[in-house]
Amino acid sequence: MNAEVLFGLAGAVLAGLGLYGLVADPAPLRKLLAFNLLGGGVFLVFGVVARRGAAAGLGGDPVPQALVITGLVVAFAATALAVALLRLLFERTGQTLLDTAAQERTSPDQADG
Amino acid sequence: MTMGLLLDFFLVILALAAGWWTIGAKDSFGAAVAFVAYGLVLALIWVRIAAPDVALTEAAIGAGLTGGMLIGASTRLESAKQATRAGGVTRRLAIALSALVAAALALAVLGLPHPPPSLAAAAMAALPPTGLGNPVTGVLLAYRAVDTLLEKVVLILALLGTWSLAPDRLWGGRPGRKERRNAASPLTLLGQVLPPIGIVIGLHILWVGANEPGGAFQGGTILAAMWMLAVMAGLVDVPAISRTWLRLLVVAGPGLFLIVGLAGFVVAGGFLAYPPGFAKPLILLVEVVLTLSVAAILLLLLAGPPEREPPR
Amino acid sequence: MMAPALPDMPTAGGFLLVLAIMLPIAGVLLQFMLGGRQAERIALLVMPAGLAVAVAVTAALMLSGRPLVYHLGNLAPPLGLALRADGFSALMLMTTALIVSAIGLFARADFATPTGTVEARAPFVFWTLLLALWGALAVVFLGQDLFTLYVGLELLTFGAVPLVSLDGRAETLTAALRYLLFALFGSALFLAGTVLFYGEYGTLDIALLATRTHPDTTSAIAVAMMTAGLLAKTALFPFHLWLPPAHAGAPAPASALLSSLVVKGPFFLVVRLWFGAMPGLTDLPAAQLLGALGAGAVLFGSVLALCQPRLKPLIAYSTVAQLGYLFLMFPLAGGVGLPASVRMAVWTGGAVQAVSHAFAKAAMFAGAGLIGQALGHDRISGLRGVGRALPVTTFAVAFAGLSLMGLPPSGGFMAKWLLVRASIATAQWWWAALVFAGGLLAGGYIFRIIAPALSAPEKPLPAIRTPARRREVVVLALALISVLLGVVPFGLTTLLAVGNPTIAHIVPR
Repeated sequence: MNAEVLFGLAGAVLAGLGLYGLVADPAPLRKLLAFNLLGGGVFLVFGVVARRGAAAGLGGDPVPQALVITGLVVAFAATALAVALLRLLFERTGQTLLDTAAQERTSPDQADG
Repeated sequence: MTMGLLLDFFLVILALAAGWWTIGAKDSFGAAVAFVAYGLVLALIWVRIAAPDVALTEAAIGAGLTGGMLIGASTRLESAKQATRAGGVTRRLAIALSALVAAALALAVLGLPHPPPSLAAAAMAALPPTGLGNPVTGVLLAYRAVDTLLEKVVLILALLGTWSLAPDRLWGGRPGRKERRNAASPLTLLGQVLPPIGIVIGLHILWVGANEPGGAFQGGTILAAMWMLAVMAGLVDVPAISRTWLRLLVVAGPGLFLIVGLAGFVVAGGFLAYPPGFAKPLILLVEVVLTLSVAAILLLLLAGPPEREPPR
Repeated sequence: MMAPALPDMPTAGGFLLVLAIMLPIAGVLLQFMLGGRQAERIALLVMPAGLAVAVAVTAALMLSGRPLVYHLGNLAPPLGLALRADGFSALMLMTTALIVSAIGLFARADFATPTGTVEARAPFVFWTLLLALWGALAVVFLGQDLFTLYVGLELLTFGAVPLVSLDGRAETLTAALRYLLFALFGSALFLAGTVLFYGEYGTLDIALLATRTHPDTTSAIAVAMMTAGLLAKTALFPFHLWLPPAHAGAPAPASALLSSLVVKGPFFLVVRLWFGAMPGLTDLPAAQLLGALGAGAVLFGSVLALCQPRLKPLIAYSTVAQLGYLFLMFPLAGGVGLPASVRMAVWTGGAVQAVSHAFAKAAMFAGAGLIGQALGHDRISGLRGVGRALPVTTFAVAFAGLSLMGLPPSGGFMAKWLLVRASIATAQWWWAALVFAGGLLAGGYIFRIIAPALSAPEKPLPAIRTPARRREVVVLALALISVLLGVVPFGLTTLLAVGNPTIAHIVPR
């Protein structure tokens, strides 16, 4: 076992952990945390890909490294928008659950146009 | 080497523990704190796999901004009705799905080819015309410049989406509540002392990014953090979102990038191509303005939708 | 097997692809900076210019018979990034330009900045996101690099989600949040597949991947993850849960954009992935699985559409159903030794379904918006007499319904007929049976709207706010295009063959 394989497998496990939380946890904030955990695992696998590509005097392939930087920024933007939605939902309703049945019961019977 | 591998094992165990805690913690606050720890461990791992640029970004964005934002949200939503745990069927399905994906990813990692493909040599070979010394900056601002440009538009859309959640009557107003300035508070002292230092560090990181790890995004994050500190200390207020200068600051970076890109049609024979000899100054100019825009966007994303009446 | 396509060299006119993306993006930046009424003005200025670029791209393809290619920064892949327009891209680009422009004209009455106000929230957000969605779709249709496409998909999500919650009611906030979480799930899986592709082949350029990929475990895992991610974003059954509340809850012009265009972006990338990056995948049983999910969508979505008490949710469930047909392309277009004429029928059928559904659905949601505004509600039980009050709108909705049901001579009919022909030619009769069953169910839910609308009201309708004739004409024009598409599929085949190695050699020019 070398460091690349070790980190690659760790990335896979972390991605799995994150995916579990994203699917199984009913609270949106926890889903959001899980999404970021999942992202971290996927980025780590990309980091391993970069490390494997070390050449030309570089410690890693700079292309995947740059892509991870862009990916981190995009994930942050997504988190920011989701947190804003979540905060407003909480202010309006006092809860943050995504229970479809409850939503449909309270949905007003009128046009949305 | 064995010493190094031992350290790597230790880091992996820490990352897995922090990840496990993020998912399994009882309350969201604990989970968010665990997530920050996770981000910091990942930043160390990025150093271990020779990706210092990513390590800086992970620490600043992953652990710092994202973590801070999620901790903030967890304290605000503390009184939210606690969700009941997922039902048995959902959980079993989720376990099966996540185990499947983790196993598939692991299998794919083990099956990666030898020798591995790499663009490292190509990236280095294309670097001299740009005048840059850091190939990661070369990828972000030259070879794959359009990704970076579009990523800034993604940030602006996230900001617009955040603002869109304001009530109609508060549109154009200032985000957040006014922080009271308290001369005796240690926060005020920090807010007075740290920003000048932080601004210097942020600009330094931006500047060295051309040749060493660092760059527009990492520098912008530090500037935003200093700005936020001054806001929290009550020294300055978040500007109203209708301010023309603020709007200009937000779009200046991507706007200038786009203009330089379009100018490439005329002076360099292609969109987002740099004219020979002018590549480095142009890239640095774009980076400086991008840093300022990034700082403004990040501050505004942290501040949230307008919550106070717009100025008359 | 087809000969591997060589990586494309840049072509004259390739700069048009840069304009197709950057024109709306520049518009977004200007809108954000200038704000207020300027946001609407800029959108209205970009509309004709963007339409002209889309026409120019299509004309260049038709004249030269070759795809347009551009290398950004004059740097070729794998280090640089390419843009490429083949016939399918051009068709989707045209569709997007037309529908965005039509909905822009339609939405002026809903999103005017009130007099005496410098800048109002909803108009500013709507007009800016209108151009943002356009730019994002252009990236998705033209991008050749999987990571650029990932950024394009994120742009699309960030442009779409705030439109869902534009009116700020609690249930639309929930719908927007659920949509965002599904989309993030999809992004993460798409990115994971992208990572594996890079790790195995050292490039993310689709044309280069097409020459390098070979079926092995890593590639199969990568494609499976990316496909699953894209299905979550396009809301294919069983990932459709987020779609109905989101599309039904948004303001009508936004619903029209989301249901007609936004969900087609990720679908387009599934096509790119399966036919472009990994040619040969459709020979596998996995293609049957995609078709089966499509079948599930058609049946499930249609039955739920039949049960909706309100107009907009009914139309939203119809989108769930109609998306299903698109995925019949995968089991039908595969197979070694498939006659070229069958392949051509499948490509044309799939593309006509994508486009005619886009126009029909834009017309339906816009029409439902007018009906909702006129009546003050959108209960289907209260639609009696609407046909007399709003004859043009009702006529347009009926026309669009014709295309959704698949009755001749509509675009929907042509699409479904071509798919049926292909399923008979490939001895996969079950897909033909599905298309017939789906058509019957669609007839049922369209009838639920049209029958009361055309009947006499039990009592005189309460005071009705008649919509501006201009808006009704836009809805009618959208519906007519979806019907007329049934008459021109052979012109479309010529366009679709450009740059498509699986059918290019058999289409006479």
